[in-house]
Amino acid sequence: MSSNLVEALRLTEITKRFGELTANDAVSFSVNKGEVVALLGENGAGKTTLMNILFGQYTADSGTVSVFGQTMPPGNSRAALDAGIGMVHQHFTLADNLTVQENITLGTRPLFNPRLDRVSARAKIIDLSTRFHLLVAPDARVGNLSVGERQRVEILKALYRDVQILILDEPTAVLTPQETDDLFATLRLAIADGLAIIFISHKLHEVMTIADRVVVLRHGKMTGGVRIENTDKHALATMMMGTEAIPPQVSLANPGASLLELRNLTTPNIGNMPGLKSISLALKSGQIIGLAGVSGNGQASVAAVVGGVHKPDEGQLVLKGRAVQKWSPRDAVNNGIARIPEDRHKTGSIADFDLTENAILERYSTAAFNKGGWLNWRSSRAFANRIIEKYDVRCPSADTPIRLLSGGNMQKLILGRVLETDPQIILANQPVRGLDIGAVNYVHSQLLAARDRGAAVLLISEDLDEIMALSDVIYVISDGRISPGFKRGEMTPAQLGIWMGGQGFDRTVNHAT
Amino acid sequence: MRLEPINNPSLARSLVPPTIALGATIVFASLLAMVAGANPFSVFGLILSGALGSKFAILETLNRATPLIFTGLAAAVAFRAKFWNIGAEAQLYAGALLTVLLGTGLLPWPSIALLPTLAVFAILAGATLLLVPALLKTRYGVDEVVTTLLFNFIFLLFISLLLEGPIKDPMGMGWPKSARVISEARLPRLVDGLRLHWGFSLAIFSAICIWIIQTRSTLGYEMRAVGLNKQAAAFAGIPVNIVLVKTALLSGGLAALAGFSEVSGLKGSLTLDLSPGFGYTGIIVAMLALLHPLGVIVAALFVAGIFVGADSMSRAADVPTYLADIMLATALLFMVLAIMLTRFRVVRD
Repeated sequence: MSSNLVEALRLTEITKRFGELTANDAVSFSVNKGEVVALLGENGAGKTTLMNILFGQYTADSGTVSVFGQTMPPGNSRAALDAGIGMVHQHFTLADNLTVQENITLGTRPLFNPRLDRVSARAKIIDLSTRFHLLVAPDARVGNLSVGERQRVEILKALYRDVQILILDEPTAVLTPQETDDLFATLRLAIADGLAIIFISHKLHEVMTIADRVVVLRHGKMTGGVRIENTDKHALATMMMGTEAIPPQVSLANPGASLLELRNLTTPNIGNMPGLKSISLALKSGQIIGLAGVSGNGQASVAAVVGGVHKPDEGQLVLKGRAVQKWSPRDAVNNGIARIPEDRHKTGSIADFDLTENAILERYSTAAFNKGGWLNWRSSRAFANRIIEKYDVRCPSADTPIRLLSGGNMQKLILGRVLETDPQIILANQPVRGLDIGAVNYVHSQLLAARDRGAAVLLISEDLDEIMALSDVIYVISDGRISPGFKRGEMTPAQLGIWMGGQGFDRTVNHAT
Repeated sequence: MRLEPINNPSLARSLVPPTIALGATIVFASLLAMVAGANPFSVFGLILSGALGSKFAILETLNRATPLIFTGLAAAVAFRAKFWNIGAEAQLYAGALLTVLLGTGLLPWPSIALLPTLAVFAILAGATLLLVPALLKTRYGVDEVVTTLLFNFIFLLFISLLLEGPIKDPMGMGWPKSARVISEARLPRLVDGLRLHWGFSLAIFSAICIWIIQTRSTLGYEMRAVGLNKQAAAFAGIPVNIVLVKTALLSGGLAALAGFSEVSGLKGSLTLDLSPGFGYTGIIVAMLALLHPLGVIVAALFVAGIFVGADSMSRAADVPTYLADIMLATALLFMVLAIMLTRFRVVRD
């Protein structure tokens, strides 16, 4: 594949500091034409900072970036684009109300050109999409496309601009296993065509599949740069984390009574996200139920109903055998539902509140922290300190604003806040997104411990590996519909992927468990 | 260039920019004084002595600060919950209206019963007036900046209508003013023979109460949570809309106390020039105080000092009193910039 090596990109001794934090510490590596280099590292390892320097969005404190032998001027995004660097971000940068073709050509020609060369643009797009197996209709509105299709548009957008170096930031996070395979097929075609690709990821098996070489970052330092044939998953994990983190052991579940049931629940669509279409689901004591699915297929609606944010419009929510009438966040909390929200920054905590104020956020009006309309700061602070100690929240003190904490410590406080009440039902919506592996294992072991105590856990996640590791029963949600429940070990990722892609539902309409 | 947030600003970083802002305000005002043909040093000397130079001047400054503390608190309380009450002017007049309606002889009670009654009814009037925009916001999502601002004009025209008709003083020689409140409805003076009245003490007391409510009470916690992150507050189960309505009632009540205190303590009757924009100046006071209830007292004294000082300066130095307005405006703009610089640093790329 790379018989005559042409160096496309070289980073030399890149160092970037933010105050006392060294985000990149003398990082050097190169990418050749026709190869995929994986950039592997946990969250906060410095991958994003490095890419921002490459793109000229940050200026490195020292070190240089060169493209095809030319040293790039520091801090100049325009030059990076002109040199042929293209990036597909994790969060897409597409205009929903424009068509695929309009999105792809946006910005490539003068805005007020009287003679818009639509025909040749279209021909180029069709040519690219057949050559690289990026099937998408040029006239479709982006707002109507699936996540996988949108990613194809993003890649086409880069290819249309004749990029030489393509950077993909966690591209598989939003894809089903099948779509991931398709993406890898496209990437193989692209490198055969002479592109240089940087593939940013923290998933070891994907890196092993697609990369020719791996560069590993940990705490801003480069801890490894190896050819894929000279390494394996264990060695990479050790380079990434320092030590090999051992995921928590999962014992057999011992399911008991049904604590919370969704019965034929139907909710309206939210924007272009589908609502729920008559789904039924039962959460049983001592069992973790995993809800797998590509993001935006109705998970948010399930979480909103279970968490008390939305009242079910049609269908019932049955709590310990009784259909609920009144349903609000506070009702959910008072009925023993522990809620770990999807976005810990925006919904889970108040950034400028200190740890004490955040710890009592759900229960400030209860007798434990409140007497006749006045808060009891002493018991509140004691509660916060108990969480800090028991859940190992690393922080200066309970009076620190929570925005100063790392994501992992913030999540530990939220976890402690809800678990300290000995909840019977736990709603964990993407509980480990963006956390480093140590924190991931910690959160998972806490959820398993709660299960073993007899709690019913609903785990919603877009990460199939997480779902498969923890869940006793797996349901797949797709376009607001829900699959039958699959027992642990019953399905392979590929089989679940078929359901995630929407096939399989046709045979079992209105399935209820 | 871009801004980078500072997580733990040092003491120097918290103090230096506001000090520079104050300095810059003085420099800018000096330039204006020079344009007006006066010596800046004498202008500032005159402002200072006009505001603080004598017992009379100091009491006059305290007097002027009294309504500003109330309207400043009204803005500070509402803005803390991100409820943008721009209508303190109307709420002030609502409080004043109730004071003259009930205080001109309708309730022939002794002071000890009458004054608290008037205060309570003034509070209710201001709160009710702000209840309408609050409900429009929570029920239908109508922007409260628009409704409260427009309410000012509507309500002032309504007061004007009343002053020309139903509550016009028959002994007023045709002037559009109400009858004077009875002597039992007058707030006693703090210092004999001078104009300073008990309204000032009530203002200080209110500020302390609001401070305690904000830091210790459930409502204060809820208001701060709603103001900082509505989404997280709602998710946690805080009844956001109810909190906003309660905030509005509190804010409207505080602004109305300014009207009660001005009528009962100072003017004795209601006219259309009862407030030279105290409701709007209260917003500046609240911003300068960074929405801190005790800071409102300091900011109100500062603003009142500039106004009172500028009045006497203008008589002596023949520089228009507009200088005071411009000084306040520049002080506010520089202060907003300074506050930003205490929380962000400018990074050159």
